[in-house]
Amino acid sequence: MTQASSTSIQNAYSSGRLGSSVPALLLLTTMAVSAVLFLFLQLAGTTERYNIVGAVLLGIVLYGVILYIASRLVEGSRRAMDRLVTTLVATAFVIALLPLISVMFTVLANGSARFDLQFFTYSMRNIVGVGGGALHAIVGTVLMTLVASLISVPIGLMTSIYLVEYGRGPLARAITFFVDVMTGIPSIVAGLFAYALFAIIFGPGVRLGIAGAVALSVLMIPVVVRSSEEMLRLVPNELREAAYALGVPRWLTILKVVLPTSIAGITTGVMLAVARVIGETAPLLVAAGFTSNMNYDLFDGRMQSLPVFVYSSYVSQGTDAQASLDRAWAGALTLILIVMLLNLLARLIARYFAPKLGR
Amino acid sequence: MKFERCARGAIVAVAGALLLSSCAVNERDLGDGSGSDLSGTIVGSGSSAQQAAQEVWVAGFQSDNPDVTVEYDPAGSGAGRDTFTAGGSGFAGTDRAFDDEEVAADEFASCVPGRGIIELPTFISPIAVIFNLDGIESLNLDAATIAGIFKGTITQWDDEAIAAQNERTDLPSTPITAVHRADDSGTTENFTDYLHAAAPQIWDAEPGGEWPYEGGEAAPQTSGVVDAVRNGTGTVGYADASRAGDLGVVSVKVGGEYVPYSSEAAAAIVDVSPFVEGRTKGDLAIEIDRASAEAGVYPIVLISYLVGCQEYRSTEQAELAKAYFGYVISDEAQAAAEEAAGIAPISLTLYERAAVAVESIR
Amino acid sequence: MSSSAASTARPVRAKQRPGDRVFSGGALAAGSLILAVLAAVAAFLVLQSIPAFTTPADEVAILAGETFWTYVWPLVFGTLWSAALALLMAVPLAIGIALFISHYAPRRLAQGLGYIIDLLAAVPSIVFGLWGGNVLAPAVQPFYTWATENFGWIPFFAGPASGTGRTILTASIVLAVMVLPIITALTREVFLQTPVLHEEAALALGSTRWEMIRMTVLPFGRPGIISASMLGLGRALGETIAVATVLSSTGAVTFALFTSDNPSTIAANIALSFPEAYGVNVDVLIATGLILFAITLVVNSIARYIVSRRSAFSGAN
Repeated sequence: MTQASSTSIQNAYSSGRLGSSVPALLLLTTMAVSAVLFLFLQLAGTTERYNIVGAVLLGIVLYGVILYIASRLVEGSRRAMDRLVTTLVATAFVIALLPLISVMFTVLANGSARFDLQFFTYSMRNIVGVGGGALHAIVGTVLMTLVASLISVPIGLMTSIYLVEYGRGPLARAITFFVDVMTGIPSIVAGLFAYALFAIIFGPGVRLGIAGAVALSVLMIPVVVRSSEEMLRLVPNELREAAYALGVPRWLTILKVVLPTSIAGITTGVMLAVARVIGETAPLLVAAGFTSNMNYDLFDGRMQSLPVFVYSSYVSQGTDAQASLDRAWAGALTLILIVMLLNLLARLIARYFAPKLGR
Repeated sequence: MKFERCARGAIVAVAGALLLSSCAVNERDLGDGSGSDLSGTIVGSGSSAQQAAQEVWVAGFQSDNPDVTVEYDPAGSGAGRDTFTAGGSGFAGTDRAFDDEEVAADEFASCVPGRGIIELPTFISPIAVIFNLDGIESLNLDAATIAGIFKGTITQWDDEAIAAQNERTDLPSTPITAVHRADDSGTTENFTDYLHAAAPQIWDAEPGGEWPYEGGEAAPQTSGVVDAVRNGTGTVGYADASRAGDLGVVSVKVGGEYVPYSSEAAAAIVDVSPFVEGRTKGDLAIEIDRASAEAGVYPIVLISYLVGCQEYRSTEQAELAKAYFGYVISDEAQAAAEEAAGIAPISLTLYERAAVAVESIR
Repeated sequence: MSSSAASTARPVRAKQRPGDRVFSGGALAAGSLILAVLAAVAAFLVLQSIPAFTTPADEVAILAGETFWTYVWPLVFGTLWSAALALLMAVPLAIGIALFISHYAPRRLAQGLGYIIDLLAAVPSIVFGLWGGNVLAPAVQPFYTWATENFGWIPFFAGPASGTGRTILTASIVLAVMVLPIITALTREVFLQTPVLHEEAALALGSTRWEMIRMTVLPFGRPGIISASMLGLGRALGETIAVATVLSSTGAVTFALFTSDNPSTIAANIALSFPEAYGVNVDVLIATGLILFAITLVVNSIARYIVSRRSAFSGAN
């Protein structure tokens, strides 16, 4: 009886569906086919080296097409569409991983040569050729980015609060509009602006760490505003209204209800902003200058930063080019690690402050 | 709460680490007397071509005078000249000397007016024409052919004009990709100046820091050009000779001979070239004789100057500049820069004139 | 908090607490400060640009005898063209990635995956420049040659192919990779905020996952997507060092993607020419910066005109 029903009447839950293991098997098959095809191409001499990227892409395209056709035949057009989009979305992710892996591999492979203790304890004062380090650049980058964040996060956050919670009318519209315009300020113009500003105060030709920090915050503010505004807007009005109904003042509602609800998104935005500016080369070159010496004082003298260190190590290599290039890549690796560390820290902060929600 | 304690601990740890390492290891032994009583800071800014050499000189000078800090900011020649004129730096490094108008205007903020400036050709570097062709290490070319290649009128490596000068070389039929500097640069200015002087019928554009013709491939900075030439095939470019590395290099026809680049040949062209007329005694601006047919000279050179005041408003700056300039023209400094930055050391005759100029700084 | 003034007979109004006043005042001040900073930047640009327009063109070395407008036109074209190409590649990809992280990947994995994409934002622009010029360009160059040989009749693919692969398309790919994490991070956060009730309602009606996303997530996230794209566009328009390192710019105005002749961009051109610029030349470069500023203004106005940002879905309407 059970046997008869399973052959004549199909299981209602699996009828008209592809089996759950079909996509995985299909993916394996198409990948294998594409891999073999590219192996033939290589053996035939059409391509010089084995084209991994090409093989993977062809495999994915084959998989997408076959799965769509099969699903359309068995499951109908709606499910076929769903499967196609699933494939596309996953492919988008894989494609985004390609440059990431490539960049990371390049930086790691080239940067590990000089990623040693001396690199973190030496400056470049009196160093010629091999050796030397980037302590002065690390200190400069940390100081300038820190000050830039101290300037732009409060301003940016308060502005987005104004836009979302208070702002109505022409002023708010003007701010929203001009913040968008501000995102388009080219980084080097921000540097020129900061330089000109401090040249008025301290005289011509002056290069200061604080000028670099101001240039960075000009670039950072709009990113903070735009991202945190987006996040604040997503906080449901029901939460605010509930707080008002309980007699909570507006500013406390914002501080205790709205901000914690959106803290995860806001920290993401702030971290994006930091990542956006910490790697800026051009404005720091113009505003903070270049030095081989340690400098802890933002208000006195030139200050080195990691991007400028990387850039100048690459540009001016001298006879012993490899030593200089090794320093450049090690500097790049350090910079990436610093941002990763900050990112991790921000996520931890966000997790501790965010209210516990269903998801 | 647990988190807050963690965070506080982390902050204390980070702050402590920063305080403990308050100075880089190599900067800790600052200030132990070594016979020099010079102290202070002098800022220079300018040519990025000079950066590698300046690093050598600054390191040598600071080792001799531990209490002195020389900051050289490779902001670019134009920026360096502007900064020096505005009084933002004590000396400038520039790929071209100040021109007659600028000198006549005499608006140098850190100098005593009416006394003029000192210009020393301390950085002489041959510019190599580099190429990337499998199995070929050198080619013989005259100015007209080089101009044709870079202008885009000669497009194949086996072109007759090239083949005629390199009969023993087996030239491939690959297309030529000529790489030039994307940025405004002294190297380009000196290179095009040579082409314009030595092959004016082909290179009809006025020499300048910006590449005059459309077409070809552009790459930023010397490093960019070298990378583009190295990563491509059938590529050719021009770069400071110290960066030529394992790439093929062109021997340039001067008079009846093909001369490969060398320090001696580069210094030789400077010696046969006249100084710019109508300048003060300390102003050693040189007009390079690109079309020279003298034996053994290499005409494509970049001269970069060290510029300071004849008389500074500040005595401290004057002392530092005088000492630093004196060190830079010394045998020791020039030899060190030849080794680490590939410059051609200045000749004895030039040294004697430069020494007089440095001596006169006040 | 309530003072005696509250007892006087007046129409019922919300209480004006000192905390509220300070807070809203602070918010207003911050907003106004941004406007002031922007005004200062604009004033700086305008003041510095004036000599560029008043000095006769033949006295400015950098213009090489041309007028300012013929100098700036290829740069404007290059800036818009490269940014458009970059967004064309980055936005669909970013939406796909954001959807993958928010709605497709297993929940446990999702946060880690988001972190991985955020890593791209951690790469400094100079590194992208070096990577683009020395790794990406040689890798795509054979494809460019192949495309120009076989599809050269399409104007975009016109030959001859660049010998090094450092073309405007390569630069745009690098730009796309650079703006990708910005757009992804924001759209991802927005997608995650889609009301669960909407999603569940759609699923309960029997829709497939894609139909649910099309009906609830995308409409809800549309303003966020636009906002994120504008941020990305701003970065793409103003990126300096990466473009300067990757792009072989010769000043040609062309739509061809694979040749050595490419227009430069305004920001890259400033970075490349600034170090050697002196006197009025600096002012000319700053004037091109002013043009870029104006472009951003126009592009933003258009975007604002197309999409009204105050969407019905906003939580704080």
